[in-house]
Amino acid sequence: MTWLTWRQFRAQVIAAAAAAAVLAILLAVTGPHMAHLYDSSGIATCTGVSCGPISNTFGNELPWFDTVIYLVGLGIMFLVPAIVGVFWGAPLVAHEIEARTLPLTWNQSVTKTRWLAVKLGLVGLGSMATAGLLSLMLTWWSSPMDSTLEIPYGHRLLLERLGPVLFATRGVAPLGYAAFAFALGVTAGMLTRRTVSAMAATLGGFAALQFAWAEWIRAHLVPPVTVIVPLNPVSISVLGVKDGFMTLQAAPALTQQGAWILSGQVIDISGHPAQVPAIPACLGTNSAACAASLARLHLRELISYEPASRFWTFQWVETGIFVALALALAATCIWWLVRRIA
Amino acid sequence: MTTALQTSGLSKRYGHGLALVDCTLSIPARHIVGLVGPNGAGKTTLLHLAVGMLAPTSGTIEVLGGRPASGPAQLAKVGFVAQDAPVYAGFTVADHLRFGAHMNPGWDAALARDRIDQLGLDRRQRAGKLSGGQRAQLALTLALAKRPELLILDEPIASLDPLARSEFLRSLAEYTASRQVSVVMSSHLVSDLERICDYLIVLVASRVQVAGPVTDLLASHGQGLEDLVLDYMSRATRSSTPPAPQPIPEA
Repeated sequence: MTWLTWRQFRAQVIAAAAAAAVLAILLAVTGPHMAHLYDSSGIATCTGVSCGPISNTFGNELPWFDTVIYLVGLGIMFLVPAIVGVFWGAPLVAHEIEARTLPLTWNQSVTKTRWLAVKLGLVGLGSMATAGLLSLMLTWWSSPMDSTLEIPYGHRLLLERLGPVLFATRGVAPLGYAAFAFALGVTAGMLTRRTVSAMAATLGGFAALQFAWAEWIRAHLVPPVTVIVPLNPVSISVLGVKDGFMTLQAAPALTQQGAWILSGQVIDISGHPAQVPAIPACLGTNSAACAASLARLHLRELISYEPASRFWTFQWVETGIFVALALALAATCIWWLVRRIA
Repeated sequence: MTTALQTSGLSKRYGHGLALVDCTLSIPARHIVGLVGPNGAGKTTLLHLAVGMLAPTSGTIEVLGGRPASGPAQLAKVGFVAQDAPVYAGFTVADHLRFGAHMNPGWDAALARDRIDQLGLDRRQRAGKLSGGQRAQLALTLALAKRPELLILDEPIASLDPLARSEFLRSLAEYTASRQVSVVMSSHLVSDLERICDYLIVLVASRVQVAGPVTDLLASHGQGLEDLVLDYMSRATRSSTPPAPQPIPEA
C-alpha cells in the first residue's frame, strides 16, 4: 500500500519539494541581512514611545524585495492549506471513481478500508509536513518584520501576532489547517464523486471556515483579559447624538505591544457605559471646549484584549482543534466507505 | 467437494428497481462457468456481489466458503477483472506488475513476467496508450498472477475485436488447463462462452433461469448451446412479468 500511495502521489511530492527548495534558497539568501538590520537597530531592547522611530528606521532600511517576499510569504501561507485540500485531498478518491480504477484497486489482497486508511494517513502526514516546513521557514525569516509591525507607535501598518493576518500564517497553526483541508477534500470527493465539484466545495468550505474562524471564533478560544484605563479626553470622538445622549468612541488606549484588542467601550466613573447628555461644544467645532467638558466627567475605557504572550497557547489550542476535526472527517470517510460500498 | 460460489435467496435492489431476485446457486469448484444473459440482466450485479463490491439487499452469498471481501485472505483467493478491464492510465506496464507485487503476498512474479513477454507488451508503455485487447490482457495478467482459486471476469472480451477475443480466450484456456482454478465469466454472447465453459448459468430479467454443467444441459435438451440459451431467454420474457431490466450503476 505504501508503494501504491507513493507511486500515485510522487509527482505532487516532487513538485512540493521543488517549490519548498526554491523558497528555502531565497529565504536563506535574504534572511541573514534582515536579521542583521534588526539586531543593529535596537528594536529588541527599546521600550515605550522610543520604539516608534527605531522601527521606522528599520522599515526604511529594508531592501524593497524583503517587503515583496514578506507579502508573498503571507500569501503562500494562506494558500498552502487550501491548495493541499483542493489538489491533494479532493482528487484522492474522486479521481479513482471517475477513472473507474476502484474495481482494480479493491480486488488486490488489501481491504478497501486499509487502502483508504493508508492513503489518508500518508498523504495527510505529507500535507501537514509541507505546511509545517513552509511555516517554519517563513516564521523564522519574517520574525524581525513581525516584531516590528506589532509596535503600536506611529507605524502605518499594525499587525498583531494574534490578529487575523499573522496568526494563521505563523507557527504550527498551518499544520492543523492543512490536515483539516486535506481531510475536507477527501470527504468532499467521496460525497460528490466528481473531482471538479469536490475541488470547488473544498475551496469554498475551507475559505468560509477560515474567515468565520478568524472573525468570530478564535477570540473565544481563551477568555479575553479586560482592563479599565483612564481616557485622555482629546482622544474621545463623538459619533453622534441619539435620544439626547452622545455616542462616544475612543481609540483603544492600551499600549501593550502586540496585544490583540477585541473591543473598547467608554464607561463613566461608576463603571456603566457612558451616558453623556449632548454638550453643545462637542457638537460644533470647538474641540478644546469639548475636551474640557468631557474631562470633568472622568470617563474611562473598558478594553477587552488577548495579550501577545498567549500566542503559543492559541497556536496549540487551534492546531489541536483542526487536527481533531481532520481526524473526525477521516473517520467519516472510512465509515462512509464501509457503509456505502462501491 | 468445495463450492466456488454458493448463494441462497440472494437479491439486490437499487432504489425501487430489482437488479437480482432470489438467486440460489451452488457452483462446484474447478469449473469454467459461463454466466450468460442479455444486457441489463443482472450479471454485473451478481459478480459484484461475489467480489464484495456490493452488499446484498437480502439473502446470502459465499465465495470459496467465505464472505466476499471480508479480509485480505479472502481477497487473495479471488481474482477479478471488471467490465472494460480497468487499469491505471498513468502507470506503465511495469508499474502494474510492481503494483501487483506490492498488493498481493501470493504474487507470482515469474508468471506475470512470462505472460507480459508472451503478449509482447512494452513494459515502459503507459497503460492508457494500450489497445483494448492489450489492456484486457494486462488486467487478466494482474488477476492471474495473484494466483487466485477463483477467477471472476465481467464481460472480459465484449469490447475486443475478433482477433483479440480469440487471443484472450486462448490464453485463459491455457492457464486454466494447467492449474486447479475455478472461473466465472460473464458474457451476453453464447459463442464467446461455448469454447471454454463446462458449466452454464442463464440469467434473464434479474432471475436465474437455469444453471448446470453444459453436458447435462445439452443432454436434456438435445440441441446446440446457442439454441438452448435462446430458448430460456424467450421463455423468460414470455412467462411471468419480469421486472424491467435495471441499469447497473458502475462501481
